Amino acid sequence: MPKFISIKEAVDLIPEGSTIMVGGFVGCGSPLELCKALGLSGKKHFTIIANDGGCGPGYGGPVDDYYGNAWIIANHGADRVIMTHVGILPEIGEQNLKEGTLTVDLIPQGTLAEMVRAGGYGLGGVLTPTGVGTLVEDSPFCLGKQTIDGKDYLLMKPIRADFALIGGTKCDKAGNVWYKGTTRNFNPLMAMAADTVICEPEEIVEVGEIEPENVHVYGICVDYVCK
Amino acid sequence: MDKSEIKAFIAKRVAKELHDGDVVNLGIGLPDLVPNYLPEGVKVTLQAELGIVNTAPAGLYQEADPFHVVNASGKSAGIAPGGAFIDSATSFGLIRGGHVQATILGGLEVDEEGSLSNWIIPGKKMPGMGGAMDLLVGAENVIVAMEHTAKGAPKILKKCKLPYTAVHCITKIITEMGVMNVTDKGLELVEINPEFTVEEVQAATEATLIISPNLKSMID
Repeated sequence: MPKFISIKEAVDLIPEGSTIMVGGFVGCGSPLELCKALGLSGKKHFTIIANDGGCGPGYGGPVDDYYGNAWIIANHGADRVIMTHVGILPEIGEQNLKEGTLTVDLIPQGTLAEMVRAGGYGLGGVLTPTGVGTLVEDSPFCLGKQTIDGKDYLLMKPIRADFALIGGTKCDKAGNVWYKGTTRNFNPLMAMAADTVICEPEEIVEVGEIEPENVHVYGICVDYVCK
Repeated sequence: MDKSEIKAFIAKRVAKELHDGDVVNLGIGLPDLVPNYLPEGVKVTLQAELGIVNTAPAGLYQEADPFHVVNASGKSAGIAPGGAFIDSATSFGLIRGGHVQATILGGLEVDEEGSLSNWIIPGKKMPGMGGAMDLLVGAENVIVAMEHTAKGAPKILKKCKLPYTAVHCITKIITEMGVMNVTDKGLELVEINPEFTVEEVQAATEATLIISPNLKSMID
């Protein structure tokens, strides 16, 4: 059974310098209030593993403000980001190229999904044809090339985090989570791949309201539910 | 042609490459226009990388829900009847696993070896590859749809100068000047926009074009 806590209590659980996975895709499906509170807490030196950096004011996102883990990055809370795309949030390019305070590791999206999945599923790596012949071969997460039945693959390391911060449309009191629309994205993968999993759902519902067949993240994986 | 006319012209030609029943992934920008020009009787299923099978083309869905249903740009999207929402690993399983017949995307540079660069300009801009690298290795047909030059500077090169998105992956390049197939010997110009001569197309292209003996007009 997960513990039910406040957003502030969730922020207090996360030490500075932690490696955190954040679910979501340009903020869609991210734990929005938790990201904002963590960004505004002033805690620093995080490594963020996520699809992207969310978006900021002027982008045309659902709200005209920082959105998703952009709150953490815009408040200079990260030392390193491991992402697939960082072009939507200009702060990442500024902190990386101009200020030199942020390390950026770019990983192809399908590869990152599988690295997270491998981390959570107890696998030792991922062999993927994606990125062969590109700069991905130089990534610290790439262990080299292998040829299998005449086709080249990159061997990518599994990835895990201290914390996974996931969103959710509905979460029941046993911690089972259901995602509407495209909010699912990386969330179920990340829920398997971190030592501590914190879910911030839009709504907490009674057990039974999410049909067992429709559970996307299993309550046994969720340590805390914050609201 | 002004810029929007050029884009529509290219999108219209790209649409003819799609077959009834194809599963197709569209890049952002020009490729997004392709569904507007599908020939009669051709229905395709659009796949969106962040987890939609059968997205509704822009403007063709009922209610926008920007908090729950978005496209790869994080902007409102829709789902068509019979569609499904899936997670990121499954989405890229479909892409990498050969379940997508065609991917249509833009490029900063392409070359005569069929390689593409479109994800980073070292030291200046590093938006990232997102799903592009996966899309290029997985689809049967990889169609690059783009303007022939960048303000007159060739984008179709002998060898890409920018870091690759993927190597030896493109099957066809479609621009406002013509249609080029990627072959073992190089780029073969198979169709030409009758507004241009072969010499003009070659002059706007760094790679040496092989002119098809059956060169046709791009316009019916």
